Amino acid sequence: MNKEKKLPIIEIKKEWCKGCDICVDYCPTDVLAMNGLYAEVVNLEACTSCGLCEVRCPDFAITVTKPDSKSKK
Amino acid sequence: MFDYNKYLRLNKLPLIWCPGCGHGIVMKSILRAIDKIGLSNDEITMVSGIGCSSRLTGYVDFNTLHTTHGRALAFATGVKMVKPEMTVIVITGDGDATAIGGNHYIHAARRNIDISVILFNNNIYGMTGGQLSPTTPAGFNASTAPYGNVENSFNISGLAEAAGASFVARGTAFDALKLDKMIEKAIRKKGFSLVEAMSPCPTAFGRRNRLGNGSKMLKQLKDDSIPIAKAAKIPTEDLTDKILTGIVVDRDLPEYTENYQKLIDSLQDKSK
Repeated sequence: MNKEKKLPIIEIKKEWCKGCDICVDYCPTDVLAMNGLYAEVVNLEACTSCGLCEVRCPDFAITVTKPDSKSKK
Repeated sequence: MFDYNKYLRLNKLPLIWCPGCGHGIVMKSILRAIDKIGLSNDEITMVSGIGCSSRLTGYVDFNTLHTTHGRALAFATGVKMVKPEMTVIVITGDGDATAIGGNHYIHAARRNIDISVILFNNNIYGMTGGQLSPTTPAGFNASTAPYGNVENSFNISGLAEAAGASFVARGTAFDALKLDKMIEKAIRKKGFSLVEAMSPCPTAFGRRNRLGNGSKMLKQLKDDSIPIAKAAKIPTEDLTDKILTGIVVDRDLPEYTENYQKLIDSLQDKSK
């Protein structure tokens, strides 16, 4: 019935990621996980696009793009 | 969500800092604050000394100066005197500003010259191998203090306040969004402004003191920090190992380059 939920886009630049774990530990909804040396998106549906991973990534490796829906953030 | 790329020299990345180092988080805060103020890249001069934090100027696309150890404020004073319309930001570390450049630091604050200093305090000399810095807390280990530091540490913000700075604030890499606001206010403020940004150093400081990786050290920063307003109600004995965050001082004082220009104008009027 509901329209399909629009998902944010999380990009992880592997060339810049140093695998410090910060994004994984501070994601409030456990969207990210470590895959070997790099962070990886494992549960995109849970993402609320709060952007905390982007703020705390020390290496400019994560960018979160909010879904462009007209509803509230 | 935020486009950092317009401020970066992309060919210089990835950053040299260790995994888990908080300097990158503070760097992002600075860029967001600059964006909020709406300064263009050419209106800013960023000056840095030597140290981990001072590598920052290599990555940003402003007018940048990477100078000698401890002398960032001396170079910045020169830039500001020649071009008072320029926004001058100094990036420095705890050792760079308060040990090697200690005199430049207190005298820049005393003159109250319109420079914004973002001081990355990681409690250690990270780049040179973990020697103890003037802000290493007593009892903590460093490569030059293998049995624990027996010295007292500096209160960097208190030093700037006592020396006569217009604006002094302290924030942490954990609370990066609050740090944005402090940096924004510091850059807008006329006069010497200091933002002391506490940043974790997992490689040189954390490893020797068994504090865990960068993520755990960030958590520690969160647990240790108390807003200044809240700390006022707590007895000072209980605050010895706490980090008091927030705006320490925000006051209007005469600014050096303006006073200097006034002097020039008055002497020129006399000679006519």
